[in-house]
Amino acid sequence: MRERTDARGPARPAVTLAGIATLTVLLMPATGLAAATAFTGATILPVASEPIEDGVLVIEDGRIAALGARGDVRIPRDARTIDVTGRVIMPGLVDTHSHIGDVAGGDASDPVQPAARVLDAIDVRDSGLERARAGGITTANLMPGSGHLMSGQTLYLKLRDGNTIADLAYRGENGELLGGMKMANGTNPQGDPPFPGTRAKAAAVVRQRFVDALAYREKIENADGDEQKMPERDLAKEALLEVLDGKRIVHFHTHRHDDIMTALRLQKEFGFKLVLHHVSEAYRVVDEIAASGVPVSLILVDAPGGKLEAMHLNFSNPQVVEQAGIDVAFHTDDYITDSRLLLRMGALGVRSGMSRETALEALTLAGARMLDLDELTGSLERGKDADFVILSGDPFSVYTRVLETWVEGRRVFDLDDPEDRKIADGGYGALTPVSAHFHGYEEGHQ
Amino acid sequence: MNARMGLCAVLLALAGTAAAQDIAVRGETVYPVSAPPIENGVVLIEDGRIAAVGPAATVRIPDGVEVLEAAVVTPGLIDAHSVVGLAGYLNQQEDQDEIEHSAALQPELRAIDAYNPREPLVAWLRSFGITTVHTGHAPGEVISGQTMIVKTAGHTVGEAVMVPFAMIAATLGEGAVVGEGDESGRTSPGNRSKAAAMLRAELVNAQEYLAKHTQGDDENDGGRDLALEALGRVLRREIPLLVTAQRHQDIMTALRIADEFDIRLILDGGAESYLVLDELRAAGVPVIVHPSMARAFGPLENMSFTTPARLRDAGIPFAFQSGFESYVPKTRVVLFEAAITLSHGLTFEQALAHLTIEAAKLLGIEDRVGSLEPGKDGDLALYGGDPFEYTSHAVGTVIEGRQVSDVTR
Repeated sequence: MRERTDARGPARPAVTLAGIATLTVLLMPATGLAAATAFTGATILPVASEPIEDGVLVIEDGRIAALGARGDVRIPRDARTIDVTGRVIMPGLVDTHSHIGDVAGGDASDPVQPAARVLDAIDVRDSGLERARAGGITTANLMPGSGHLMSGQTLYLKLRDGNTIADLAYRGENGELLGGMKMANGTNPQGDPPFPGTRAKAAAVVRQRFVDALAYREKIENADGDEQKMPERDLAKEALLEVLDGKRIVHFHTHRHDDIMTALRLQKEFGFKLVLHHVSEAYRVVDEIAASGVPVSLILVDAPGGKLEAMHLNFSNPQVVEQAGIDVAFHTDDYITDSRLLLRMGALGVRSGMSRETALEALTLAGARMLDLDELTGSLERGKDADFVILSGDPFSVYTRVLETWVEGRRVFDLDDPEDRKIADGGYGALTPVSAHFHGYEEGHQ
Repeated sequence: MNARMGLCAVLLALAGTAAAQDIAVRGETVYPVSAPPIENGVVLIEDGRIAAVGPAATVRIPDGVEVLEAAVVTPGLIDAHSVVGLAGYLNQQEDQDEIEHSAALQPELRAIDAYNPREPLVAWLRSFGITTVHTGHAPGEVISGQTMIVKTAGHTVGEAVMVPFAMIAATLGEGAVVGEGDESGRTSPGNRSKAAAMLRAELVNAQEYLAKHTQGDDENDGGRDLALEALGRVLRREIPLLVTAQRHQDIMTALRIADEFDIRLILDGGAESYLVLDELRAAGVPVIVHPSMARAFGPLENMSFTTPARLRDAGIPFAFQSGFESYVPKTRVVLFEAAITLSHGLTFEQALAHLTIEAAKLLGIEDRVGSLEPGKDGDLALYGGDPFEYTSHAVGTVIEGRQVSDVTR
């Protein structure tokens, strides 16, 4: 697929909206695309609104221009029309927790490394990104591992075709790269010094680092612009202040009920934005999570166990969390679950008793909310990025396949393309080798 | 029936054949596998064995017999290769008996001496309708030990076991190789050709041992050697050698060794078997295909969701397995392994057959399990809908006429 990038025109850099529009227009003669494209005849699952039978989705300049039932939507006269009768169109999936891209965060020197950025480690040529596109994923939160209390800064990726990480990253209003902060508690970050040996020590270490960051901010404020009085620049504390200022959401690996409560206690003390990840035992403290207003991102795997903190993994979790009114998403934790199989996670959620509507939202819009990207993606709404998936049928059926994945109005996966199909199916030489250090997997850290 | 009562039922069921239960199961659709599906069908089990299968109108259910009902009824599913029971879900040293790294060649390690029938992973598989599991020593040493076949019920290994010594488990390729820098003192080979040489040397040792011990000269045969005695059963073709090999060159090594020693080979894993289909077919070697839910890295990096369909198209016998997981999750589930093939080339009927009768044939237990036919064990799986749909539920499991699971999973 990567080889075809050139044939499709240069990758679109992630810049301002005006830039996107301009570039798309420039590309039109080369690609022969009309200004607008209309997909007709599919069942459309917009997530933010009711399903539409025999629907029409119009995209233009990388964004959703219109959607509705056939006859209710004006299709521009010069639009290219693609008949997708019998197919299902849903928003591109959002994976709130992934380790594709051969990511790495902090090393073994310190259990708290907020200055480490996955940005500086991601291999955009890792076939994990293509596996994600094959699975219908259009947005992913690339995380360092959970072998640290704080393993570093995460990066939110838009899975457009691109040549460098700069092409793929989500950017804020000022062009800054967007991401969160990865934290973990429980058994994974425990180890020999300087890593904590107990849960209480783990919490104490983290609290001290946040307290130090607050003191750092006080020094900056007291300096009142006087360069002489400014503290020496500290990248780790700067990153922690971004967390404390709500600019960087904490994505917190936590499984056991008491560890979940510790994460919530830290959040309450320091006031950062928090998403609880994995939360195998959410069902045991569901009222407490609901009262906190903190969202959860769940993973379901084939069986409980594999490590002590996952021994009580329970298939009822999605339903219990939904019933409590907690905002809930799903994630792959790729390599724990392959990115090609994220839809299956939603289906297992339905199996557990979750409503289909919530399961769909958990794969898309809820995840976008947890990354603060829901104004751009996660649902099919006019003005949002044209990030969507064309399926052969019911998103929760085992008989269904992802046929196409579109990001910002460009197709990034096509099952009919032999190269793409090879990624989707697997095969000889289809995937890039995974390095042994990924995700701390070899150490049993995840 | 709650969990505790369920357990009581199991205990009663296994107290002896005299207590084996009669039960009838009515299904909106019954899949005998050996015959076309039956709408509104009934399976009648007497004394733990299937007495009758047919449309409700033709099968009379005797008075007083408990009747279970489900949308879909199939034969109990067969997991053709696992490590559950030897491997526990906690993944702590004390519940991991599936691999022993002190020596590279240990065919004398019996699965029956390590199987924990109360392991929660066994109950987990059972709750999805899996009634028979081929389990034992894991891939990871050139010869890691023996395997056995169990039913997923019973509170001692003696009650659970169907075949106490089913195969000997061997591994070729990097899976059997000790890593560079490993200072554990393992005697394992350092590369794949050494692994093959060690396997061949041990088979030669077993040949010589057999030669001595078949001459009836007790004075000069050197006494019993449990390792070579076990491997001798492979050389005598009494049991197959189960060789885990994922890469094409390792598969070919397995075929070469099987040919050299004239042994029955079953290929385990076979991630790249689609590259050597003609060779596998010519050698008559069946495949227990790796879990497709397993992670695609290391020796599995070239695995494909389409391998089962390609084996099927090539006419190569195969079955599904839950495999060996060293981390989260601690086991796969063959129901889901078959399910993923439905969007990758297999039909419903094919997927079901390879989960049941084809797996039974591969394991050599088709006279007892794998289809719903009179005389076979009364092992059934009950589902609320299409068993393979992720959104359907497993609703009950029956082993030899006893309901051993009633959870909705």
